[in-house]
Formats: sequence, structure tokens, C-alpha cells
Amino acid sequence: MRQSVIQMEGEYFGRETRWAQRKRFFRKRIVPWLFILPILLINLLVVIGPSLSALYYSFTDWSGIGAAKFTGLDNFSRLLFTDTSFKRAFFNNLTWLVIFLTIPFALSLGAASLLARVKKGAMFFRIALFIPYVLPGVVVAQTWRFLMNPIHGIGAELTKIGIQGLDIAFLGNPKTVMPAVAFVDNWHWWGFLMVLFLAAMQNIPQDLYEAARIDGANQWQEFRHITLPGIRPTIIFMILMSAIWSFLVFDYIWILTQGGPGGASEVLGTLVVKNAFFKFEAGYAAAIGLAMSFLAGIMISIFVVLRRRGWDI
Amino acid sequence: MKSLGIANRRSNLAPSYIILVLLLGFALGPILVMGFNSLKNPKEMGANPLGFPQQPVWENYPNAWVKGNFALTTRNSALLVAGTVAGVLVLGGMGAYSLAKLKLPGSDLFTLYLLIGSSLPIQLFLVPLFFLWKNLGLNNSLFGVIIIYIAINSPFAIFLLRSYMVQLPADFEDAAQVDGANEWQVFWKVVVPLCWPCFLTVGLVVALAVWNEFLIASVFLTEKELFTVVTSYYNFSTRFSRDWGLTSASAVMMILPIIAIFLVLQRQFIEGLTQGGLKA
Repeated sequence: MRQSVIQMEGEYFGRETRWAQRKRFFRKRIVPWLFILPILLINLLVVIGPSLSALYYSFTDWSGIGAAKFTGLDNFSRLLFTDTSFKRAFFNNLTWLVIFLTIPFALSLGAASLLARVKKGAMFFRIALFIPYVLPGVVVAQTWRFLMNPIHGIGAELTKIGIQGLDIAFLGNPKTVMPAVAFVDNWHWWGFLMVLFLAAMQNIPQDLYEAARIDGANQWQEFRHITLPGIRPTIIFMILMSAIWSFLVFDYIWILTQGGPGGASEVLGTLVVKNAFFKFEAGYAAAIGLAMSFLAGIMISIFVVLRRRGWDI
Repeated sequence: MKSLGIANRRSNLAPSYIILVLLLGFALGPILVMGFNSLKNPKEMGANPLGFPQQPVWENYPNAWVKGNFALTTRNSALLVAGTVAGVLVLGGMGAYSLAKLKLPGSDLFTLYLLIGSSLPIQLFLVPLFFLWKNLGLNNSLFGVIIIYIAINSPFAIFLLRSYMVQLPADFEDAAQVDGANEWQVFWKVVVPLCWPCFLTVGLVVALAVWNEFLIASVFLTEKELFTVVTSYYNFSTRFSRDWGLTSASAVMMILPIIAIFLVLQRQFIEGLTQGGLKA
């Protein structure tokens, strides 16, 4: 009688413990996954799955409808050796890279270092100069399409008061179209870069500047020896991001010129869209998309290799 | 002596202010010209393309509203923004909570996965995604585009929310758990209310990104009834490319709400956008 009660108690507690164990296992191991599963599945469906299949399609001849025919490296040899539009697009991406690694950086570093000194109205300038960044690209593009118009844009008005030569169709001329589109993109971009740099500059200890002033440093020396080293991580990071984005650029070029005139502003991003949705060469488009990712990957690799070699970046 | 020093410094600042005002003109001038032009008829546009309108033509606004089909496109864009923001905040918030607080096994791996996933260019997966969506019947569907927007915007949201949640002291959650709350209740009743400033920041950034988005919207929503404000304006400005008054008026209607919300919540906007630029 006594024994059986103990036995029963033992069994009862044993079961309770097992149940508690199972519950604990559920809470420690399963519940965390339940929380992350929905977003993980959406990400797999939209980004990772199609990216992997792009890898496969880049080796096929595929119109987008029906079955894809495996053609080995055909797409890539076409892209490297026969397709002149790919070559031109690639060089335009390089032009973009050069422009965006210089002009916005010079402009925003200059403006940020001026603004860092200013006390009165600093907040106002910061907000106002940031506004172009929040505007939609279609509006920015249309506004500048008007301002660059040779008949009633800024150039035409300057001609009226005697400053000749700027009343040309910047967006219609193969020689000026790339700098013109880059100019418009940069108009909306540099304010963002400036606010980033300004935030980084405000973390530099003020006594460094005071010490430099006592030593008789001028403004350029302060900028060169205190400001620049102080915000170096931010600058380097944005150089890396600009380099990556230079190979992915699409919006402004598509909206302003669709790659024209006559392919003069074609970039890899516009080639993907044209091949996939206008020429029904989805397999080839996937190969170009892969090439874009590869170029962006090279930028990251350069960054990693330099860092491994001991460059302090 | 001292006052001389201050005067000296002030005179040093004058060139800075001059340059800053010039930059201000560069940044805001084009927006101002657009505002002027939205009130001109074609005739005045020819005579006075950049200046203040002599005889303001207010009819440009109702005309642009009707011809640009703004009632419909605003509704479409608003649905996309609402659906995406809700999805990103709830699902991304849950993911961030799992990473920050539940000690998800393999959370480092997942973070790495997010980093890789968020740095893949849209053009890489755009083509297969388009045909996958076509087969699933999700093309020309706001719901289909919301799913894509959630996927694209969630890595940034998870990074930002996670870094915010990690800093929360565990006391509140412990107290709730002692009271018998399960993980979902802790997340919904404790963590979300404590993190709402961060949720607000993320929501604003995602809302702006969706409102302004062009590539996905123009590829996946090709039916006129589903145009967003942006894709509709793109078509509109090509169709009425010579009527600058009309296109300027619709541009002003598009950007006024953005600028108004930006000015009211500029601190959250700038914080979110700059951190987003650095983390995602």
C-alpha cells in the first residue's frame, strides 16, 4: 500500500518532469524559430530562391515563358566578346563610379566641415539640405529635365543675359548625357552624404580642435589632420557603398533617358530590364544581372583584401 | 581682448554662411521653380520660365488631380505603404525579438544570411522573381508587391530593431514572465511598447522607400488601375511632357505630403535614413 503510493508519486513526478522538459525544450528551441520563420520564408521566396534560379537561368536560353534551354557558357561569351552594348554599359558604369567617388564626396565633405563650425542656423541648414534626398526620383528627374531644357531652362535664361553656350540639350547629346544624368542623381544624393559626415564630425572631441588652434593650425590643416582622420571609418564605408551602388544604378538613368540617346547612357541595370522585358531574353538578362552582382562583389573583395593586408580601413 | 577674439571668429564665419546659402539655393531652388511653374499656363511658361508667376493659374491643380488620376494612385500607394509598413514592423519586429532576446540557436548565421540577402542587387533576382510571380498569379496585384517590399525592406528593419532591443534591460521581460506571460505576450505587451520610438523610425523609413519606389512598381504593376503615384507620374510626365504647368502641379501634390511629414518628424527620418545607410 505504502509502496504503491510512493510508486505512484514517483510516476506522477516523473511524468511532470518529462512534460516540463518537453515544454522547456519547446520554449528554448522551437519558439525562437517560430518568431523568425515568417520573415525568413518571405525572404527565401523573394530574394534567395530567385537569386539561386538566376544562377541557373544565366546558363540557359530562356524567353521567360516556357522551358529554358541549357546553353552552357553561351550567354557569358556573348556578354564578354560579342555584345558591344554590354561593353558600353560597363564603361558607363565605370564613368559613374569615377563621378560618384569624387564629386559628391568633395561637395559633402566641404559643406559638412563648414556646417560643423556654424552654430546659428545649423539645424535649419541640415534639414533644408537634406530635403532633396527624400523626394521621389521621378519628380527630381522631371524638375531637372525642365531646368536643363535648351529652350526655357537655366541655359536659355543665361543666354538672354549674355552667358552663351549652356543652352544645349544636355540629355539629348551623347557626349553630355552621362555627366548630366549623374548631376541630377547627385543633386538628390549629396545632402544625405553631408548629413552622414556631419554626424560623424560631431563625435570628434572638441579639445582636439582647440589644441590645434593653440598650435596655430589654419582651417585647412584642422580639416586635413583632425576632421578627415576623425571621420575616416564613415568615409571609407561610404566609398565602399558608392562603389557597389555604381554598378547597380538604374532609376535616374531609366527615368531620364532609358539608356539613350542611341545607347549613350546605357548601364548594366537598364540592359537587364531591356533584355528581360522588351527583348524577351530572360536568360541573357539573368547573366547580365549576375555580372552586376559579380562586379559589386569585386568591390567588396577589394575592400576585404586591403583590410587583410593591413590597410587600416 | 576677448571681444576682439569673438569678433574675429564671427568674421571668419561670414564666408561659411555665404557658401552655405549658395548651397541652400542649389538644393531648394529647383523645388521653388517647380512650385512657381505649377501656377503658370503654357503661354506664361514661354515668356517667364523660371520666375514668380505673374497671373497664378490655380486650375492646374484640379486639372492635374483629375488627368493624373491622383485619387486612384494615391489609394494604391497608400495601400502599398500601409501593407508593407505593417508587415515589416510585425514580422521584422518578431524576427528582431527572436535574435535579440530569445537566443535563437544559430542567430549569427541568420544575421550573416540577412547581410548577404540585403546586399544582393534587385537586378539579380528581378527576372526570375517576375516570372515566378507571374506563375503564382501575383503579378498586377498590390498584395504581391507588398510581399516583395516586405522582403526587401525587412533586413534593414531587423538590424535596426535588434540593435535597439538588445539594449533593453531584461527586468521588464523577467517580471512579465514571472507573471506567467508567454513569449508572444512579452513581445507584444512589453517589448513593442518599450521600442516604439525605434518602430516609428523604421516605419517612416520604410514608408518613404515604398512611396518613392520605382523599379519594382513599374515592373510588377503594369495595369493602369494599379499604378502608384510614382509610376503614374512617370507615365503622365511623358504623355504631357510639354505641359510643364500641369506636370509641375502634380509634382507639387506628390511631394507636399512627403516634405510636410519630413519636416514634422525630421529627427526620426534623418536618424533612420542615416543608420539605414550604414547598416543595410
